[in-house]
Amino acid sequence: MTTIDVRAGRLSQEQLALNFTDAHPALLTGNALVEANRCYFCYDAPCVDACPTSIDIPNFIRKISTGNLKGSARDILSQNIMGGMCARVCPTETLCEGACVRETQDHQPVRIGELQRYATDSFMESGETIFERAESSGKKIAVVGGGPAGLSCAHRLAVLGHQVVIFEARDKLSGLNEYGIAAYKTVNDFAQREVDFILEIGGIETRTNQRLGQDVKLDDLRQQFDAVFLSVGLGDVNSLGLESEDIAGVYDAVETIAELRQSGNLAELSVGRRVIVIGGGSTAIDIAVQSKKLGAEDVTLAYRRGPEQMSATWKEQEFAQTNGVQVKHWLAPKSLQSENGHVSGIEFECTTLNPQGKLTATGELRNMEADVVFKAIGQTLVNTLDAAAEMPETEAGKIAVNAEYETSLAGVWAGGDCISSGEDLTVHAVEHGKQAAIAINRKLS
Amino acid sequence: MADLSCNVGGIKSPNPFWLASAPPTDKLYNVERAFRAGWGGVVWKTLGIDPPIVNVSSRYGAVHYNGQRMMGFNNVELITDRPLEVNLQEIKQVKKDWPDRAVVVSLMVPCNEKDWKYIINKIVDTGCDGVELNFGCPHGMSERGMGAAVGQVPEYVEMVTRWVKESTDLPCLVKLTPNVTDIRKVAHAAKAGGGDGVALINTVNSIVSVDLDQMAPEPTIDGKGSHGGYCGPAVKPIALHMVTEISKDPETQHLPISAIGGISNWRDAAEFIALGASGVQVCTAAMHYGFKIVDDMIDGLNNWMDEKGYATLEDFRRMAVPNVTEWQYLNLKYDIKARIDESTCIHCGLCHISCEDGSHQAIREIKANGQRSFEVIDEECVGCNLCMFACPVPDCITMERVDSGTEYQNWTTHPNNPMRVEDN
Ligand SMILES: Cc1cc2nc3c(=O)[nH]c(=O)nc-3n(C[C@H](O)[C@H](O)[C@H](O)COP(=O)(O)OP(=O)(O)OC[C@H]3O[C@@H](n4cnc5c(N)ncnc54)[C@H](O)[C@@H]3O)c2cc1C
Ligand SMILES: Cc1cc2nc3c(=O)[nH]c(=O)nc-3n(C[C@H](O)[C@H](O)[C@H](O)COP(=O)(O)O)c2cc1C
Ligand code: SF4
Repeated sequence: MTTIDVRAGRLSQEQLALNFTDAHPALLTGNALVEANRCYFCYDAPCVDACPTSIDIPNFIRKISTGNLKGSARDILSQNIMGGMCARVCPTETLCEGACVRETQDHQPVRIGELQRYATDSFMESGETIFERAESSGKKIAVVGGGPAGLSCAHRLAVLGHQVVIFEARDKLSGLNEYGIAAYKTVNDFAQREVDFILEIGGIETRTNQRLGQDVKLDDLRQQFDAVFLSVGLGDVNSLGLESEDIAGVYDAVETIAELRQSGNLAELSVGRRVIVIGGGSTAIDIAVQSKKLGAEDVTLAYRRGPEQMSATWKEQEFAQTNGVQVKHWLAPKSLQSENGHVSGIEFECTTLNPQGKLTATGELRNMEADVVFKAIGQTLVNTLDAAAEMPETEAGKIAVNAEYETSLAGVWAGGDCISSGEDLTVHAVEHGKQAAIAINRKLS
Repeated sequence: MADLSCNVGGIKSPNPFWLASAPPTDKLYNVERAFRAGWGGVVWKTLGIDPPIVNVSSRYGAVHYNGQRMMGFNNVELITDRPLEVNLQEIKQVKKDWPDRAVVVSLMVPCNEKDWKYIINKIVDTGCDGVELNFGCPHGMSERGMGAAVGQVPEYVEMVTRWVKESTDLPCLVKLTPNVTDIRKVAHAAKAGGGDGVALINTVNSIVSVDLDQMAPEPTIDGKGSHGGYCGPAVKPIALHMVTEISKDPETQHLPISAIGGISNWRDAAEFIALGASGVQVCTAAMHYGFKIVDDMIDGLNNWMDEKGYATLEDFRRMAVPNVTEWQYLNLKYDIKARIDESTCIHCGLCHISCEDGSHQAIREIKANGQRSFEVIDEECVGCNLCMFACPVPDCITMERVDSGTEYQNWTTHPNNPMRVEDN
């Protein structure tokens, strides 16, 4: 029999502060110049194709090397208004840097993400502006959900001269940038500073604590506005499908990360001594690493398939391991064990691929003790967004859209995690918002 | 082990690497350490007549390129700022302590016979191996009628060289300024005056950069700047050409040359020697990295000579001179085409865009199954080398000879040449 050990304040304030500083500190000017000069300025560069927002990467890097930081930031931000956040959170190893010809040449890609951060940070610090609003169109658009997709859409619509109202359920804008992204990726309240920067354009009214289906109705929005953009993200999480999943000590990773991100004092958060994370994506990595950084002694990430199948990139897996997380593959949770109504361990079943390539249990069992278990096996759309209204059609659990990001409902567009068919990444959400704004503008003018 | 000893117009040293007249050679303390590091000789920082000159603060400018520091360097410094007597004492001491090394004294005094004879009399006592006449300094001293102001007028060069040769038997090198249209004219004058050899190049007139806030050239001295003298790796091609001009000229082909300009390693030195230099001098590279670089210079030259079977410097000196010809004699039948090694290609597209926008539209971009590749269109390729230089992967693009190798025709007999010689 073990004793459940969950408590707050495992580490000193100093240690916590150290653990939660920037995981990848900003480039200093000298290093940025050296790095910028490593770029070959490729023709028709593969990195540009690999960027979901098609930033002209060689051009912005060249501008860094010539000291034209404003021009550099303009190249980035005109394609991706969240270029600052994306520079911090994009898994560049599978995007631009994965396509860099220097990766092909010697596995030392140009550090595009860090250069992008250098350019955008310098620009944001300068307090200058690069966007000007077009003449007022007289059109009003409602954006529901103020995360990356919503903000990107709102900004582009504002630039194009439209009037925008953002309805946001939470009390802060920025979506998962504020509530989801790992703390050490976006320090010093960057998410909110970026929101302020985006809203500077003007013409965007923000209404927080306004939840669609509760405080506002889709039917009303469709009547009062010329267009509606849905960017509500994914409000639900997948469940393990195990018995007594709601016992104490079993948590939803996304919810816990949100608490962590909003906590004013990390020493007050309770942390298990032994933590097991179930999942194979970046949320799993993030909760595992953050648990470790909060002082958990043993953190094990258990995934039911192999390293190649994990949606977390090789770099994220490596990051977890260098931060002391034990990553175990081919383990599927079978049952939860508990002690006095609190989780105390998990029984796993070993898995393998059968000759047909299908995941099957081998019958072998493994027991692991745990004080805390995190579920990080994916998020889903809340399917009752606005029960009273006619809702757009869905496809594979997400809102269905056409190539123009238009839903099955006339005048309603959608983007971000709530539609995405591929990976759920900030950068995709930003691109959806931008493209939807361009499509809405085309439709309205 | 090859024999690296050299003789430049009668001045001998155990190896061809000398430090050029500049800050690294301005005092005993430096020269001692340079000799300990292995340098074959020094040309002492230029001496003048007392009272010594004064220098400004903020003296150097630099051109950094793509992260490479100091690929070009410039200065607005003048000659030595120490009293003549102090320099003379130290030169004497150094020569006594290092008898096998070349100690050459660089000189610059006003352009009159009295001053030149005075300074020569002063330095013979030091036991130095020779003198170098600084007719090159392009800034400051030239405003006072010295340095390049003399070096740009062949008659003055000849006259001063003669005064010097009349007053001493010491070997005399004449250091030339590159800031002239025809370097051969000045070399002729040096020879006519009795000079035992020439040293070139001194620095090139330059403004390396402009401070766009102060709106003043750099280095900026209290808001103002002056043109300076350019040197370092950037000037090597200019120096190679000027050395060649003198090596090829029938009148000066046997005139010893001490080559200077952007020499940073043994390879640079070997190139100058192949074009006719007897020895070389180094300034910027030593100012950048310190005296220790001479280790690789000696070692690298030795290994390369052993590999090639050259026992002495004379074995390969001037070997490249006959291959420098006039354009009109180049073989127009020689034909090369670019070849791209697909196995090392990283698909950066620079060969395509450089040829497309900058040359002959001879490299096609092919996109298939999301992959791109690049293909040379032989009929369009003129064999210019541009793509090979733009390509960041070593040896990915090479040039292949495609003509028969047996035909020869040059411009002198080409049908398009209105002045062709009919008789082939
Ligand atoms: C833990 C975690 C870590 C992640 N880390 C990374 C990372 O490192 N890099 C990366 O690229 N991506 C990461 N992601 C994914 C990324 O955060 C999302 O892809 C991105 O935020 C999606 O943007 P969005 O605007 O579509 O949705 P969200 O960011 O979810 O924003 C949706 C917004 O809508 C609001 N909303 C929801 N329902 C309603 C309603 N009914 N009415 C009104 N408003 C509503 C929400 O409050 C929220 O503000 C991570 C995700 C998670 C969960
Ligand atoms: C700071 C500095 C001072 C120099 N002073 C002299 C000098 O006093 N006399 C002289 O003949 N040349 C002087 N030179 C020129 C060098 O001797 C040499 O000719 C020139 O720098 C080219 O060689 P490099 O490319 O190796 O530097 C000076 C050069 C520099 C950089
Ligand atoms: S050698 Fe010159 S012309 Fe030929 S392909 Fe290369 S760049 Fe084009």
